[in-house]
Amino acid sequence: MTARVEAETKAAARGLSPARNNEVRSLRVPIAILIGICLVAPFVIYPVFLMKMLCWALFACAFNLLLGYVGLLSFGHALFFGAAGYLTAYAAQTWGFPFELALLTGMVTAAVLGLLVGWLAIRRQGIYFAMITLALAQMFYFFCLRAPFTGGEDGIQGVPRGKLLGLVSLEGNLTLYWVVLAIFLFGFFFIVRVIHSPFGQVLKAVRENEPRAVSLGYRADQYKLIAFVLSAALSGLAGGMKAIVFQLASLTDVYWTTSGEVILMVLLGGLGTVFGPVVGAVVIVCVESFLAQLGGWVTVVQGGLFVVCVLAFRRGIIGELSRLLHRPL
Amino acid sequence: MTTVFGVPLQALFSQVLVGLINGSFYALLSLGLAIIFGLLNIVNFAHGAFYMLGALGAWLLLEHLGIGYWPALIISPLIVGLFGALIERTMLKRIRGLDPIYGLLLTFGLALVIQGVARNYFGVSGEPYDMPPQLTGGKNLGFMFLPNYRAWVVLVSVLLCTLTWFVTERTRLGSYLRAATENPLLVQAFGINVPRLITLTYGLGVGLAALAGVMAAPIYRVSPLMGSDLIIVVFAVVVIGGMGSIFGSILTGFALGVIEGLTKVYYPEASSTVVFVIMAIVLMVKPAGLFGRTA
Repeated sequence: MTARVEAETKAAARGLSPARNNEVRSLRVPIAILIGICLVAPFVIYPVFLMKMLCWALFACAFNLLLGYVGLLSFGHALFFGAAGYLTAYAAQTWGFPFELALLTGMVTAAVLGLLVGWLAIRRQGIYFAMITLALAQMFYFFCLRAPFTGGEDGIQGVPRGKLLGLVSLEGNLTLYWVVLAIFLFGFFFIVRVIHSPFGQVLKAVRENEPRAVSLGYRADQYKLIAFVLSAALSGLAGGMKAIVFQLASLTDVYWTTSGEVILMVLLGGLGTVFGPVVGAVVIVCVESFLAQLGGWVTVVQGGLFVVCVLAFRRGIIGELSRLLHRPL
Repeated sequence: MTTVFGVPLQALFSQVLVGLINGSFYALLSLGLAIIFGLLNIVNFAHGAFYMLGALGAWLLLEHLGIGYWPALIISPLIVGLFGALIERTMLKRIRGLDPIYGLLLTFGLALVIQGVARNYFGVSGEPYDMPPQLTGGKNLGFMFLPNYRAWVVLVSVLLCTLTWFVTERTRLGSYLRAATENPLLVQAFGINVPRLITLTYGLGVGLAALAGVMAAPIYRVSPLMGSDLIIVVFAVVVIGGMGSIFGSILTGFALGVIEGLTKVYYPEASSTVVFVIMAIVLMVKPAGLFGRTA
């Protein structure tokens, strides 16, 4: 009894409640499995395909931070994903920035855009928030369509992959895979840390009952804005990586279909779960490449998945699994 | 020739007319969105897809059954409206009471399915749809040339908007509708069949979108993607006007159409983004929207 109280006091002193401490600990095994799969996968599956999954997975995790933990549905996240893709590609190609700096350029751009869009969109709640983000993203799409630096319909092609820290050439797919994996894991752990921090607890409080959180003295709008900017910056990191991996930044990445895709990944994987977005991204990328030869039917399948998820499968894959195993995932 | 800020008056008026046409579609679509949102608490993302189905329906009726524009103006919205009612009965009904986010996601999925099926069947390039012979040609008003069909579209839209306003604000059915928007449980307790009212409302809103689609068919090409970008502009219109007021959505729709038309004259580069820019400004100045009641 005393030992338990002592442990709880220690945990409280470290800023963690015992419940949350357990929650973080219970993630250890699944995280080990995830890392294990990522380490073995490139020897079994084509690395470029895996990198595509990792980019989308990071994007989905960043999106989940907003939808799953703050309850904000942004329908315009393609803006950050695509804008960072363009800036990363442009910096690497035209300005000759090295790999790391180009990625950083894209990420900072996404964060600044996130600050702007978030500042505007947070003025309205609920369903209006979704419509505003969608409209602003569409505005940005039209801007990209006309702006000279994006290359219009062609996009920015032949983006150089460059060298890591000026030493290791990233032309080889396997080498690049390890770098992309490292960046993905950095983003993933960052998000896990944010979710389980006191800051993350406030975000969840805002999601559950915003007026109550406000009445307790939390500035809900500021918390929302910070979460929005974080989510935008990490989406930008994912978008920049995708531009480097495929050596291409194109209009597709800023179009609303991309925003729709990332929502579907999070919804299918499980809203507000740690691993859901990763699983959702893997499933959707597989489904898309599997159906690629069917052409136009991809959108029909995507739409159908949306309908099924909303009507009968709102917890998502990981959400259902977590319910079966009686542990948060 | 008379010019306004360096633009010939003739060109100015014709762009304003084009703006009014677009404004008619914005008004009809945002009106439907507002009515549906009021009663179902769902933002109908599939509205653009139903608009497209209306146009596609008119084209199919002509192509396969030889049914022309005038009957299609009734039949196509009726079929699409029934289809909408069916969707409400089978799907939207099941997510009632959940977070409105799910309604948006569900209707987004429906829009993808409808557009995807139409695209596979129809291709992306689109098909032309001829104007009814009674409405070809136009009148020379002295200061501008007024094509008959465009005048017709604006006229019908204004009439439809007025009619919708009249039904919701001045009739018994409309009073049920407004009461159910405020407090569905109480209205049901008075013996009014609220679920049926909801189905009817959704079918009506969707039918209105389809009617706009039929009217749009001779102006734009009938294409499976004609509704997908339009719905995003209509969302911006709805954010600007606020969904609380029917009159507000009508006025905002027409006004933004005209502003868009004027932008095409003076600064064409911005014509596709001007509505979004105005939305951003309105959000900064009056976050609840121009006619919004609550934030």
